[in-house]
Amino acid sequence: MTLVNAIVQGIFLGAFYAVLACGLSIMFGVMRIINLAHGDIAVFGAYVAFVVVEHTGASAFVAFAVALPLMLVLGYILQITVLERSLKAGVLTPLLATFGLSIVIQNLLLIAFSPDVRSLGPAAGLLTTASWHATSELSFSALGVVVLAVAIVVFGALQLYLSRTRAGWAMRATAEDADAAELVGIDSRSVYARATAIAVAIAALGGLFLAIRSVFDPVSGPTQLIFAFEAVVIGGMGSLWGTLLGGIALGLAQTLGAEIQPQFSVLAGHLLFLAVLIVRFGGARLTLRVAQ
Amino acid sequence: MRVARWTRTSKLFTGGSAVVALALACVPLIFDPDVVQKLTNLLILVILATMWNALAGYGGLVSVGQQAFIGIGAYGTVFLAGLGISPYVAMLLAMMLAGALSVPISLFALRLRAAQFAIGMWVIAEVASLLVRLDKNLGAGTGISLIQMNQYDPNYRQAYTFWMALAFAVLFLAALFFLLRSPLGASLQAIRDDEDAARSLGVRVASRKRLLFVLAGFGCGAAGVLVVANTLFIEPGSVFSVQWSAYMIFMVLVGGLGTFEGPILGAILLFGIQTTFTQGGPWYLVGLGATAAVFALVLPRGLWGVIEGRLGLRLMPVGYRVVSSDTKEEVGA
Repeated sequence: MTLVNAIVQGIFLGAFYAVLACGLSIMFGVMRIINLAHGDIAVFGAYVAFVVVEHTGASAFVAFAVALPLMLVLGYILQITVLERSLKAGVLTPLLATFGLSIVIQNLLLIAFSPDVRSLGPAAGLLTTASWHATSELSFSALGVVVLAVAIVVFGALQLYLSRTRAGWAMRATAEDADAAELVGIDSRSVYARATAIAVAIAALGGLFLAIRSVFDPVSGPTQLIFAFEAVVIGGMGSLWGTLLGGIALGLAQTLGAEIQPQFSVLAGHLLFLAVLIVRFGGARLTLRVAQ
Repeated sequence: MRVARWTRTSKLFTGGSAVVALALACVPLIFDPDVVQKLTNLLILVILATMWNALAGYGGLVSVGQQAFIGIGAYGTVFLAGLGISPYVAMLLAMMLAGALSVPISLFALRLRAAQFAIGMWVIAEVASLLVRLDKNLGAGTGISLIQMNQYDPNYRQAYTFWMALAFAVLFLAALFFLLRSPLGASLQAIRDDEDAARSLGVRVASRKRLLFVLAGFGCGAAGVLVVANTLFIEPGSVFSVQWSAYMIFMVLVGGLGTFEGPILGAILLFGIQTTFTQGGPWYLVGLGATAAVFALVLPRGLWGVIEGRLGLRLMPVGYRVVSSDTKEEVGA
């Protein structure tokens, strides 16, 4: 039964990673870039919610509703000021520019909020404490269920957006071939800016869940980026639903690793990620050889 | 018209750099151990910048995980010294170990491209760090001292470490210099300029990248053994920190990505900044990060790229230039 419980907790944890990874996956899918500041943007979103909670005493979710439009605007600005320029300069420039940005965000957060560890757990009310004990060893926390539900809603909404709306079609067309999309009158600049705005807003949602689930500090970002990237890669880069599954696979690896020994948790996730890379790229080479 | 490698400036400078190396060798005889320790740090930065530039500037490989090799070098030294091997021999062996490990890692890592390679290397560094934390004999998460160094008088120890750092710096700079001037060098610079075009001309891109990756494995391993010899204490949190990658990226981007001289300039700049802002602190890191990002976006070939472009100045002859015989005017390479 502890194994079943570990699997359930792994799925809950994985849903959190999927939300965290969603924005990374969108940006890679649309622009073929990886934003190395993604984790720091998520943590920044958590701090915005934290400030609202501190000043108004509102619940964490109300605070997030305030943060959301701000994050959308910030994402838009990030695209038109930094990323758009870096996209033109080749494959490596977006990596270098966003890595620099990551250091800037971390240290600005350190200046503004000190290295103290914070949590939005108390501001989320009953959600953090409530749980349903099916048996003595199997429990479903309210927070876990909410995160899983939100993850499914987020991915479902994105699916609808991409498959049913004109803006979504434009985004898919631009992802497929930006130049060809331009020919039929799609402004790739504004599509990219919209994609980044959505990605940053969902990253902030991931940051909110991080803040409610556990604790965060100004340098929590890089770890979140690594987990998010692992989820994207495990699920298959460029596949949206794959990212949800990848997140869950990562969550399962971490909780099952922790079952063996608590210190193995993160290590097990890394090893799964490396194993997936070896299998996937080993396989690619094999098919090439057959083709020759 | 003829094709030349050497100019008067580059002859003077290459000869001059030998003199500089000799002059540096005398530093421990003249200055306080305190100064010697600082200059050892400068040499570590020079090695790191040169190696990161070899990867990114010539191989197009942006790694955020070279701290894996720094950590392996540092912990390898502590481990081998713990077996009773003389610390300085342990340093050499640990560098070899880091370099040797880069071969199997390359088999895997070089299959990845761009961001996958960058973060894949970072994860490898994290795994190495987690494995060290699991080992109580290596001090787990709390760190470990290189106590075997205590057998030397501090003044002599600092001098030996400095000379070793100087030897490593000269070795790796010379290795890259001769590599770039060899027939291989032309193919490396072709990969730097356009990987796909180089491949279509028959350059064996994969094996060239492996060469650079292994060179960087040795070089970053060497930096790691110097870090532990210079500070005598290491912990996984700092020696495997991604901060090293931040420093390397800063030095290379500001100095000049894909130029031989630029990263050395970048290392001297970072060293200057570090000595001026001894308190460190977040504002200093905000400055470093912002500067690196701005250089990546606006001046991709860094300060040295500007100097080279404006003045046609070439201090180290790693390229070719066309000299028109009648006007004696030099056209850039």
